[in-house]
Amino acid sequence: MALLQISEPGMAPEPHQRTLAVGIDLGTTNSLVAAVRSGTPEVILDEAGRPLLPSVVRYFPNAAPLVGNDALHSASSDPVNTIVSVKRLMGRGRADVASMHLPYRFADAPGMVRLETAAGQKSPVEVSAEILRVLRRRAEAALGADEVDGGLAGAVITVPAYFDDAQRQATKDAAALAGLNVLRLINEPTAAALAYGLDNASEGIYAVYDLGGGTFDVSILRMTKGVFEVIATGGDSALGGDDFDRALAGWLLAQAADGGERGPGRRDADQWMSALPPGDRRALQTAARQAKEALSDAPRVQVDLALSDGRGVSQSVSREDFERLTQALLERTLNAVRNALRDARLAPADVQGVVMVGGSTRMPQVQRAVGGLFGRPPLNNLDPDEVVALGAAIQANLLAGNRAAGDDWLLLDVIPLSLGLETMGGLVEKVVPRNSTIPIVRAQEFTTFKEGQTAMAIHVVQGERELVSDCRSLARFELRGIPPMAAGAARIRVVFQVDADGLLSVTAREQSTGVEATVAVKPSYGLSDDDIARMLRESFDAAGEDMQLRALREQQVEADRMIVATRNAVAADGDLLDEDERARIEEQVLCLYKLSRGDDHSTIKAGVEALARMTEPFAARRMDRAIAAALSGRRLDQLDR
Amino acid sequence: MDAHSKSHFALFGLPERFALDPDALEAAYRRVQAAVHPDRFATAGDTERRIAMQWAAQANEAHSVLRDPARRAAYLAERRGAAIQAESNTAMPADFLALQMQWHEALDDARDAGDPAAVAALRAQVAAERDATLERIARALDVEGDAPAAAQGVRKLMFVERLLADL
Repeated sequence: MALLQISEPGMAPEPHQRTLAVGIDLGTTNSLVAAVRSGTPEVILDEAGRPLLPSVVRYFPNAAPLVGNDALHSASSDPVNTIVSVKRLMGRGRADVASMHLPYRFADAPGMVRLETAAGQKSPVEVSAEILRVLRRRAEAALGADEVDGGLAGAVITVPAYFDDAQRQATKDAAALAGLNVLRLINEPTAAALAYGLDNASEGIYAVYDLGGGTFDVSILRMTKGVFEVIATGGDSALGGDDFDRALAGWLLAQAADGGERGPGRRDADQWMSALPPGDRRALQTAARQAKEALSDAPRVQVDLALSDGRGVSQSVSREDFERLTQALLERTLNAVRNALRDARLAPADVQGVVMVGGSTRMPQVQRAVGGLFGRPPLNNLDPDEVVALGAAIQANLLAGNRAAGDDWLLLDVIPLSLGLETMGGLVEKVVPRNSTIPIVRAQEFTTFKEGQTAMAIHVVQGERELVSDCRSLARFELRGIPPMAAGAARIRVVFQVDADGLLSVTAREQSTGVEATVAVKPSYGLSDDDIARMLRESFDAAGEDMQLRALREQQVEADRMIVATRNAVAADGDLLDEDERARIEEQVLCLYKLSRGDDHSTIKAGVEALARMTEPFAARRMDRAIAAALSGRRLDQLDR
Repeated sequence: MDAHSKSHFALFGLPERFALDPDALEAAYRRVQAAVHPDRFATAGDTERRIAMQWAAQANEAHSVLRDPARRAAYLAERRGAAIQAESNTAMPADFLALQMQWHEALDDARDAGDPAAVAALRAQVAAERDATLERIARALDVEGDAPAAAQGVRKLMFVERLLADL
């Protein structure tokens, strides 16, 4: 019967051919790439057998940048050109980074920060792309991607659940610059839960406590019959292990300054830190980090460091000292956990397991405090540094269509922060509330207030506060081409769409005339399309690659994919088409096939789009049939297991 | 067939009425998402990815409306021609207005006196009113076929739920 012949939409066209896909944890301190090999997720090691790539990039005047361990060593000697913890700068402006005590020179420009380096101005997106490029090459070499047609099919990249739209978009842009096809951005805690959940095959409510180098996230998930549903998330995208280091570094400096007398206030320590030469600051923070790590095992450590002005730091630090200094930071994470539980309308006792993620959860006081809050010891079976990348690899494998029989699950994630619009008086009107499951589409109607008005500005913000000034500005959209009418007569329907990556897009249409308004986007802390195009050109020039050739290859891959998908769809559900529709689709497929053998990427692109438009009603009918089949329970035996 | 042309109930294969089995809704939601979610189409062509995104968004919207009794009732009343108009229609029966004032005074008194037991008693009273209102809405929609009465009930319910959130 026809219903049973529907091809599984997620399956690769040819089941015997495995598609190569990887999971990438683009971390503040370290980054990793993992893949599912022989059915098991594993981290891909570098040539020296190391799993972690330090998220560090060093720039030179006339040479390619160094990435990872090679760059890490110069963090103190060349701090201005050695970029560490770049993740904290993604989608951030000058005002956001002012309090971070960073040794970099920032270009004086609005929008996302730009770093002045020996290799010229660099956006955090470009710095992140260097890290991703190294991971991509590592994966291609290890997986033999060159030998498989098409190479690496794509990557799942993880982001903190609490990342806002600008930070997510910056991450996706970085992947594009690094030549990676992003299958999906997924949240780090969700990835971690996936890595644990599949091992334990457990049902129930789980919490993920993720304290990384620069970000803190908490997610509450419900696992039911193969569905991982995020019900609430919270956190602080500017709180991480780095802050614990800084608290200790400030204290060390204060101790050195007043010779062990009663230490000065935190603000003084912060000011002194800022006043240090960049090299000293980096060295002190490194010493503090090493002391923090040592204190996870030892009750007391000795820190000895000579500063460039001749002063010396020589101080014994006990675990109690460190815990006292960082108590307030820890408390901030616990408050975020309580808020997430409140959003989920759950009590700590409802949670069946607490997954610990991020190297910073190795600190004994963190383990103790989280265990105390939930009244149960946290789960630590998987390496907290690797668990996110492993989960991302598992998801990448599923998305790429390499599903084994009985291997099926679905991630349903949420938007972490409410999306809203600026209204009269600088107030925010919420359009999409936080913790809404994505993808989500919400429409809002506007009218003109002037006679003959043909344009309109919309300011989109993200956050929970009532005043625009207290929220994060995402973008300003300008609608143009509204037909001139009397004031208040036009009805402009603006549609906000948040896709499965958590990224927002906006479209607008005048309702009475049906005229589509054009939407010009000015991202507040993002890159414009022109910026991206320029960076792409520069990266191709630097790598000595031919951009036209790459664009052609990409469009050819896309055309092939479209042709195969369309043919499979017609073979499976051709009965949903009438003779005429079928003939036109087949003609268009043939036309695209011919175009794709040519050498003009823009005509191939137009051909792909034409076929996409033509097959849209067919795809919708197929979707309808798939739902009917799903509701009749025929194809979901795994989910109902 | 367009994602938006189906009713929220039809999308999940559920009967179009107020009474609803939450487990059946959750099961249908999971099944529909498993079939339409963009993750199922990550390597498909543009068309299928776009359509998957629209249907998955529609499933999320339908799920969020149907699982919330007040929104479900409002949706049904609107489909039967009785819009809620929460902002413009603030007319309430006199007895309900009197009850509202009584509650607010009781809340102020309890807070001034710092009496948690009195607040708890008030909460129980308001919660009982919410349950009674839900029952009246269910009857109006599923038995009497009286959409305007259901819409009036929904407006009352919205007030009661706001007060409960404050308590």
